[in-house]
Amino acid sequence: MELKEKILSSYVAFENGIDINSDIHEIRTEALENFEKLGFPTKKLEEWKYTSLNAVLKNDFSIFLNKENSVQFADVKEYFIHDIDTYKIVFIDGKYSSFLSDVTHDGKDICLLSSALSKSKYSSVIENYFNKVAKQDNLTALNTAFANEGAYIYIPKSVEVEKPIQIINFTTGSEAATMVQPRNLIVVEENAHVQIIERHQSLTSNAVLSNVVTEIFAGRNATVDYYKIQNDEENASLVDNTFVDQKSNSVVSVHTFSFGGNITRNNLNFYQNGEHIDSILKGITIIEGKQHVDHHTLVHHIEPNCESHQDYKGIFNDRSTGVFNGKVIVNKEAQKTNAYQQNNNVLISDKATINAKPQLEIFADDVKCSHGCTIGQLDNDALFYMQQRGIPVKEGKALLMYAFANTVLESVKIPEVKSRITKLIATKLGVNIGFDL
Amino acid sequence: MLKINNLHAKIEGKSILKGLNLEVNAGEVHAIMGPNGAGKSTLANIIAGKDDYDVTDGIIELNGEDISELAPEERAHNGVFLSFQYPVEIPGVSVTNFIKTAINQTRKAKGLEDMPAKDMLKMIREKSELLEIDRKFLSRSLNEGFSGGEKKRNEIFQMAMLEPKLSILDETDSGLDIDALRIVANGVNKLKSKDNAVIVITHYQRLLEYIVPDFVHVLYDGKIVKTGDASLALELEAKGYDWIKQELV
Repeated sequence: MELKEKILSSYVAFENGIDINSDIHEIRTEALENFEKLGFPTKKLEEWKYTSLNAVLKNDFSIFLNKENSVQFADVKEYFIHDIDTYKIVFIDGKYSSFLSDVTHDGKDICLLSSALSKSKYSSVIENYFNKVAKQDNLTALNTAFANEGAYIYIPKSVEVEKPIQIINFTTGSEAATMVQPRNLIVVEENAHVQIIERHQSLTSNAVLSNVVTEIFAGRNATVDYYKIQNDEENASLVDNTFVDQKSNSVVSVHTFSFGGNITRNNLNFYQNGEHIDSILKGITIIEGKQHVDHHTLVHHIEPNCESHQDYKGIFNDRSTGVFNGKVIVNKEAQKTNAYQQNNNVLISDKATINAKPQLEIFADDVKCSHGCTIGQLDNDALFYMQQRGIPVKEGKALLMYAFANTVLESVKIPEVKSRITKLIATKLGVNIGFDL
Repeated sequence: MLKINNLHAKIEGKSILKGLNLEVNAGEVHAIMGPNGAGKSTLANIIAGKDDYDVTDGIIELNGEDISELAPEERAHNGVFLSFQYPVEIPGVSVTNFIKTAINQTRKAKGLEDMPAKDMLKMIREKSELLEIDRKFLSRSLNEGFSGGEKKRNEIFQMAMLEPKLSILDETDSGLDIDALRIVANGVNKLKSKDNAVIVITHYQRLLEYIVPDFVHVLYDGKIVKTGDASLALELEAKGYDWIKQELV
């Protein structure tokens, strides 16, 4: 059976496990109809021209795992940022792991979506926010149809969350192929502040497809710092659909570190519903082999006096392929917009490919919009210079690449995340140097 | 220390060096002068191991060991230092981190541990004072946006930090005003010892007023055609290179 058919026919089984009389379920059913119409994206769609899911979708995915799989903390510790205290919302094969998690309801809710969906005290937040910013394209619709579990984070007015929150989705590979669809809802009210680290991690070489939807609502003057660490096994594919709704004076930054996996597709969408908003989208991609990372970003400037800053750096080795499609829309009303986009790529091998496409749709006449895109190689003169000073080629290349990517790392606000990323980069580049530039 | 015998080299099929001989001993300062295109920078790059050139014949020995098959970093680990005519800009890497990495990679090649941070800082402080380098300068990206003088001073600073056996200064005087020239030359002189040697490549006699050579060589058309003492540099300054060309005919 084709995966699409399999998914559609499994819906009845899914409905058995949830409350089908809720308003939410109407949203799900509608989304399922959408997905039935749209199906999985194909390369015929402009937005999917350079990323094909065909090979991935041929896997015979298990869609709902009935087993409760568990993992030992010692075996997965390395995937946590464990040198600082954090809240943790951890899932194993799509199911909540209370053992690995550390949640709270003390003055804020850092917990599970399934419990928020089922308890009446959360109903007003769910009603106001659930599926309100997610756009119903193919894969988002699919996720919405089955939306039941994921992180639920609600930070009330003026609350500054005292430590970062980690959202980690493990897949154990207990099945030959596993599909999971986490759904995260993050509501940060006026003047509140939160830092979140998200990771999807397969624990075996079995095939995994994660189709994630994350909705983030940042109220007036709220601050959200979001870090996505994508460094998965080579058979694990990820489609990350993130939608950010910002109100006036809010600052939201999303850093995406894509260091591995099979196919990684990031759909990162920002909607600026207010004035004096700052949206920051940054990413470092370092891949090799036949890995593929696709960044599709959208910043929609709807109202005046807002800013957006995009900075994506990519380093591609072997036969790896990358896509950067950065779309900026400036509405007619959005005067005095300052939209900045930078995308720089280094191809280490002759066989590596990057498809880069800035897309600017500007309808206002008093704006500053800049974009720069470069594709290059490492500077041989710089390498010789470094060698002459005693730095071997491998270390010299690593230093050049790290320096190249460093503009993105500079704005990481959690030192432990920064040092973790630095270590991951050193490991990826096969060197043992400090990089403290 | 350095012994070059019958060196022939080509770049893109064009012969640049055509049987060059040079011997430099510890404790000596040699100047290599010559008109544009004579092969001065080619010689410097070949000693340092740049692989853009085809060395078709000849021997390069450092302390009795043939270095012609060694990678540039291995030559550096053996004590070869080249002060670049055009130092490369490396955005995002600070001067301090660069030199730290260079020193520790060199130590690693010799089987030594990283230099303790305290010792490194002390050394950086001493050597930057020697070259009259502002400390703020050390946290800037390597050579990025540096003036010509700053770049050259930074080269000599790195030389001071790495303590090479053989230093080749490739047109270190170009782009320097008289004050910077004095600082750079003073630095080089202070680093001179009976155990190391310096090759100064220059067009002009000016630098040699400060760094006094034991030998002056004239490089012309890929060969050393004349060798003398410091007075040869003065003669070249006064008379140009034409008389040498005529002598050769």
